[in-house]
Amino acid sequence: MKHKTFFWFILPTFLAMLIFIFLPIISVVLQSVHTPHENVLITVENCDPFGCKKVTSIDHEATKNLNQSEPLGKFVGLDIYFDRGHLAIENFKLIWENSENIFSFVQSLSNLPFYKAVFFTLTFTFTVTPIMLLLGLLIALGVNSISKKLRGIVIFFSLLPMIVTPLIGSIILFWMIDSRGIIGNLIQWLFDDPNLSLKASTTLTWIMLIVYGVWHAIPFSFIVFYAGLQTVPKDQLESAKIDGANKFEEVIYIIIPHLMPLITFVTLMQLMDNFRVFEPIVGFSAEAHATSLSWIIFNDLGGETRQLSAAATSSILTIIGVIILLSPVLIRTWKDFKFKK
Amino acid sequence: MKKTSSNRFSTLIYSFIIIWVFLASFPFFWTFWGSFKVELDFFSISNWYNAVTGKNTFDTYNSQFTGAGYEGAWVQEEFWRSFVNSAIVCFFVVLTSLTIGTLGAYALSRSNYKYTFWLLITALIFRAMPPITLVAGYLPPFFEWNIWGILPTTIIVLVSINQPFTLWMLHSFFQNIPKELDESAKVDGCSQFQAFRHVIIPVMWPGVITTGLFSFLLAYNDFAVTAMLLSDENRTMIPKIAAFLGTTYTEGNVMFAVAAVVSATVPLFILVMFFQKKIVSGLTQGAVKG
Repeated sequence: MKHKTFFWFILPTFLAMLIFIFLPIISVVLQSVHTPHENVLITVENCDPFGCKKVTSIDHEATKNLNQSEPLGKFVGLDIYFDRGHLAIENFKLIWENSENIFSFVQSLSNLPFYKAVFFTLTFTFTVTPIMLLLGLLIALGVNSISKKLRGIVIFFSLLPMIVTPLIGSIILFWMIDSRGIIGNLIQWLFDDPNLSLKASTTLTWIMLIVYGVWHAIPFSFIVFYAGLQTVPKDQLESAKIDGANKFEEVIYIIIPHLMPLITFVTLMQLMDNFRVFEPIVGFSAEAHATSLSWIIFNDLGGETRQLSAAATSSILTIIGVIILLSPVLIRTWKDFKFKK
Repeated sequence: MKKTSSNRFSTLIYSFIIIWVFLASFPFFWTFWGSFKVELDFFSISNWYNAVTGKNTFDTYNSQFTGAGYEGAWVQEEFWRSFVNSAIVCFFVVLTSLTIGTLGAYALSRSNYKYTFWLLITALIFRAMPPITLVAGYLPPFFEWNIWGILPTTIIVLVSINQPFTLWMLHSFFQNIPKELDESAKVDGCSQFQAFRHVIIPVMWPGVITTGLFSFLLAYNDFAVTAMLLSDENRTMIPKIAAFLGTTYTEGNVMFAVAAVVSATVPLFILVMFFQKKIVSGLTQGAVKG
């Protein structure tokens, strides 16, 4: 395709991404190194017959002028990155010096809001991803061996946890888990403890969120692996059977190697999606026990105060996290591309 | 001997699949059933079985089912407005995404220059970024130009942040279409655009529909961006439900929220019913390409 034709075809989508993704990123970077201007204060000496008093008041005119001349606010460099709400360098050092072992270090660190969110986000990402891969594979293997007539209906129901809006899915489960809901009741009955509530404990809240995450993510890996299973070469399975391999060996030595590219693909997509975990925290009202990076950004942006600088800084740190997470893929794609040439 | 062990194995598989299907679907049926009950049944302290029989619902309304939650949500709390807003947003997001997405993806699939690769990689990075990280960049200019809170702004933003995904998906569909097809059209005297319009698009229709389904889901399911960019009266369903959660608990109208949640799930249910094959092929499309 000629350069010129290419240009006109790509222009609308290019402009959309330039204006609403690229420029906002630049804006977010700029906002993260600026803070809003403080009000300009002015001290006037008011003299009346009883003497003179110094009165400090806000100089509205000057504040307005300052905001107009520098709309971004005051340049503060990386200060916001290092403040207590983000990387908290000073507290980090203190905790590092005062902690005896790695556990107490992590424990004290998780009292800081940013690290608390990082810990949960990483725990969520790296527990949900392997569990959903394994269960998705098992379900795919199971569905692949049941009667063909039943498969359609099984796939229909399997899709629901993924297709339904994450916020709605988590709210639905939250209502069932409520101590007056059916699952909450069941758990109380199982543990014979009428006061047991999943919402009250941090560990249980984390487990609840992870269970939700797995439930929501299984359909994706199941569908992809199920499609992959349809392409496993039949003759390999036949010859393995003749050589006396059992079902388990078949899976380990033939099916998994065949599915490997798909496993990589699903892993990457899931790492990406789980890293942005957000809706379940809102749906489960879990913010007292678990927060995520996306949740902090949302929380800073919302409400009356709209702390844009703080949100922008968290956003940049999150984007850096995503790039680190994604770097293996980017490098591989680059190598593939060079290889193709 | 061999026979029984393989029988036992298949029983195991069937029970495993049944458990999964139950876990995947039961919450939805349970909530659907419960949405026609009163709160004391939906959240039953005395006996969970009340939620099935609707004992308290019968005491209040003389019937085991009541539409009170739905009436409260749709009429009293004006959930229909959010429904209309969601419909508008989804319609225009899908339409615009597909229009500019097919043009772009077609160009990307028919060009081998280096910048094609870089565009795709950039799109991949954009795709990986959580959309909420961009919102801090939207708010100041939107407030400045007085375009915050209205549907068109949100539609354009949703289209743009979904473009990377749309491009990748359509790109992989376009790559499956032989280049000879448009080459031969051009030999016959078509311009590139005519070849695209009259030869490629008719062949691409299934791929476009599949991608459209996913853009629809992205727009319909979005919470973070719509919650931040829409004013209270322009809210779509999902942010509206989140707002319900705060207000209804305090006012004791949890059943409104339950009815709203069920109402927002029904369209998705229908979508899966009609487009199951397309959704499955869309999910596997990116994967099979590796």
